[in-house]
Amino acid sequence: MRFAEAWRVAVTALRANRLRSLLTMLGVIIGVAAVVVLVAIGTGAKQEVEDQVNGLGANLVIVVPGKLELGSAPTKSRLELGDADRIGRALGQPGQVAVSLASGETVRYGSRSAFTTVNGTNPAVPEVFVRPVARGQYLRQSDVDTRRRVAVVGAGLAETLFDGSDPLGRSISVGGVRFRVIGVFEEVGSSLGTDRDSEVHIPVTAAQRLFGDERVDAFALKAPSTDEIEDVRRTALAVLAERYPDEEFSAVTQDQILGTIGRILGLLTTVLAAIAAISLLVGGVGVSNIMLVSVRERTREIGLRKAVGARTRDITLQFLIEAVLLTTIGGILGIALGVGGSLALSAAFEQLPAVVTWWSPALAFTVSAAVGIFFGVVPARRAGQLDPVVALRTE
Amino acid sequence: MTAALEAVDVTRSYQLDGLTVEALKGVSVTIERGDYAAVVGPSGSGKSTLMHLLGGLDRPTTGVLRVGGRDVADLSADELAEVRNATIGFVFQAFQLLGRTSALDNVAMPLVYRGLRRPERRRRAREALDRVGMGHRLDHRPGQLSGGEQQRVAIARALVGDPQVLLADEPTGNLDTRTGDEVMALLEELNSEQGVAVVLVTHDLEVAARARRSIRVRDGLLEVDA
Ligand SMILES: Nc1ncnc2c1ncn2[C@@H]1O[C@H](COP(=O)(O)OP(=O)(O)OP(=O)(O)O)[C@@H](O)[C@H]1O
Ligand SMILES: [Mg+2]
Repeated sequence: MRFAEAWRVAVTALRANRLRSLLTMLGVIIGVAAVVVLVAIGTGAKQEVEDQVNGLGANLVIVVPGKLELGSAPTKSRLELGDADRIGRALGQPGQVAVSLASGETVRYGSRSAFTTVNGTNPAVPEVFVRPVARGQYLRQSDVDTRRRVAVVGAGLAETLFDGSDPLGRSISVGGVRFRVIGVFEEVGSSLGTDRDSEVHIPVTAAQRLFGDERVDAFALKAPSTDEIEDVRRTALAVLAERYPDEEFSAVTQDQILGTIGRILGLLTTVLAAIAAISLLVGGVGVSNIMLVSVRERTREIGLRKAVGARTRDITLQFLIEAVLLTTIGGILGIALGVGGSLALSAAFEQLPAVVTWWSPALAFTVSAAVGIFFGVVPARRAGQLDPVVALRTE
Repeated sequence: MTAALEAVDVTRSYQLDGLTVEALKGVSVTIERGDYAAVVGPSGSGKSTLMHLLGGLDRPTTGVLRVGGRDVADLSADELAEVRNATIGFVFQAFQLLGRTSALDNVAMPLVYRGLRRPERRRRAREALDRVGMGHRLDHRPGQLSGGEQQRVAIARALVGDPQVLLADEPTGNLDTRTGDEVMALLEELNSEQGVAVVLVTHDLEVAARARRSIRVRDGLLEVDA
């Protein structure tokens, strides 16, 4: 009953000062909304990256020369085409190791041209990656063996160069050399910042001649199952270690890539949310301030309540509820604003895929309640400890 | 039977800018159940200070004070609040009603701190308002009532918890003579018909003369208690 009364009195007090209550909540509203929006953007970005990486294929292992660390310079490759065969044999899946030798080149058809990524690959690519061909076919082993000048083009590039007409069988110029288009990829979108729909795949041997390079950049393997990823990694590295005892190679899995990117995005999200949380703190100071005003305004009421039997904690509770109501109502409004803002943002900007998770509003609500308790407790205690005689005498 | 209120050689001094002001310099007074006493004396003599002590709103600097038979020195602030709730009803010169609250809820308020449920609180508050002749103004707010009506509501609030003693510090101080007389008549009636002890501070000698007992305070000391 005492709690119910404290609740009723607190609500009455807030309603009696509607505008003041709302203005006081504003700091909390803005703080909570900012936190919710920033967390949603961070989560959305992370999810987008995950989708992209997982969209490449399942159970992938990428082998690259050098130590793969954030910020370390790319190492000049020592990998050779023959190494792919060796790894394939060691794994008992010859011909299942995708290779890549990529470079930027200008691609032309008639008067149209585009500067894009030209990737020298082998027939293992569709086995390893999710890379469906919409029309025509992918590269064959004989194309690689005979260094045939054929190309499979991305859907976007096909649109750019051919503008709707059929690319199959046409000759395009890649870095000044003529290639015949034998296939067009399905649209797959971009991943990790590269537009995969504008790529051109040519046989790796043709690429080596075109780029004047005997090496390849990287291999990609697909483990038969998730459990075997680690085995595949080890085997690939062991083969390379035997052949190049003095060199270092890395074999990274999708989980490792995601782990790294996830950590970066997570850190970024945390930092941004923490900055936003500062405004929540400022809002809390505002609540503290207005609660002190409220206590002063109602000093005589406090004196009267104590005179007729209210205990210290009855009064403290009453003001604490008032403070917590201010911040939690502000928190709920802030969550509504934040969720609405997140949805509006991702609707308005395709590159901002905000995702509202269940925990960020829950956390925001908890934090705003905690802010109310933290910043309300000093004014509330001051109210509770007022001397009734002094309180009754104030004007 | 123990006395309702008992002060034994109580003093009360205040520290003011390093100076000690002795508001009460050693007062002994006993209020029996059913008493009707008027406290009189010049301004600044310590009447309000004495009332605050008797009502357990304040504690004596030295001396012993018993409220409802219990030494306040043995009680924590919260226990004292409970004792006040159970035994004392206060009536103030300035009414001290809550402005945004109806007469009924103003009167019911002390019962919150007794742990009673709302329907029971309201039932008793209605009764108390009936007793002071304000049963027809339950939903009025203080601002919609005259001064005399407000003081009646305040008296109902003091009565609602069935106290042993009603302490009234200049209850007619803010009222004109006629309404003041009505309020006094009400207090007398409550005393004679319901047996509530009434202690009231007044400047009105006529009022004081009608009391069964007159406690005269001067300069922090009891001058006459008769
Ligand atoms: N909180 C206080 N701090 C300092 N001095 C105080 C305090 N309260 C009362 N006094 C002093 O104690 C003395 C007695 O005050 P009190 O209010 O009891 O007088 P009173 O008899 O009620 O006067 P009045 O008839 O004007 O109401 C006064 O001199 C007053 O200034
Ligand atoms: Mg006085």
